[in-house]
Amino acid sequence: MKSLEELAKIRERMLSKIALREGENDIRIVVGMATCGIAAGARPVLNTLVEEVALQGVADRATVSQTGCIGICQFEPVVEVFENGKEKVTYVKMTPEMAKRVVAEHIKGGKPVVEYTIGNAKI
Amino acid sequence: MKELSLNILDITQNSLAANAKNVEIVIDENEKTLRVTIKDDGRGMDEETLKRVSDPFYTTRTTRKVGLGIPFFKLAAEQTGGSLTIQSTTESADPINHGTLICALFYKDSIDFTPVGDIVSTLCTLIQSLGNVNLVYIHTFPGGSISLDTSVLKKTLGEIPLSEPEVIMWINEYLNEQYDNNV
Ligand SMILES: Nc1ncnc2c1ncn2[C@@H]1O[C@H](COP(=O)(O)OP(=O)(O)O)[C@@H](O)[C@H]1O
Repeated sequence: MKSLEELAKIRERMLSKIALREGENDIRIVVGMATCGIAAGARPVLNTLVEEVALQGVADRATVSQTGCIGICQFEPVVEVFENGKEKVTYVKMTPEMAKRVVAEHIKGGKPVVEYTIGNAKI
Repeated sequence: MKELSLNILDITQNSLAANAKNVEIVIDENEKTLRVTIKDDGRGMDEETLKRVSDPFYTTRTTRKVGLGIPFFKLAAEQTGGSLTIQSTTESADPINHGTLICALFYKDSIDFTPVGDIVSTLCTLIQSLGNVNLVYIHTFPGGSISLDTSVLKKTLGEIPLSEPEVIMWINEYLNEQYDNNV
């Protein structure tokens, strides 16, 4: 059974990590979560991104956040990646599987998955 | 929407956008009906906005974008023979007790009843974006109940934010475990 003691242990573990992480969070992954995004499947995409950022060990570099309508409803679920000093990358028609690959290749590996981006996706 | 939990996510996000400090989601189920209540202490809606969200085709000259979140939820309830009601008090009408209460009633035996679906995913998504807002979740059904109060989790977590991926993953497992033990 999961218990609050377990959560307290996570806290202990995170405390040391977060102290080291100060100011290093330079990648922002933003998911459109308005009505259009939710209806198109943004919820599992968001949850997969959150999970993969932790599982692939990039939580020290990247944060996942949510926003309203990005204004391109026909391309939802939409994920935007912002990185200091780089151009924004917009991923469209995302699925949980695609989200996993984006974390592995783009966030961890530093190379955007070009075929999922707005100019290149098969729509 | 394919699942009521997706409507719940959409509706609750309005509460967060309305600057609520406390949000409560209650699902109350018996053999025949399912009632979803979403309550917030956000800025509330004026008469004009209330009319607009209840009827997306109601327009005034000043109306810009038509939101569909509440109309979708209302339709989902009415399709089953149920209903949706909204009570709201704006901050200017009552600076202390303002907020919104949305209550949707569903008949589960209707062929048009949409299942709740993955409510744990909805809760994790919401908690990920809560910031300083508190969320209380209560689901009661014949033979059991599930609940979560983020203010309790926050006490344990101290300065660690709820939005930390590892924390969200723990909440996800914790809630799923509660549901598994209740069926
Ligand atoms: N809980 C709430 N508190 C305050 N205002 C709300 C709330 N829910 C909805 N509204 C208002 O009603 C509008 C329409 O809501 P909705 O039908 O869900 O569409 P959308 O969220 O896509 O705009 C919102 O933009 C907001 O101005």
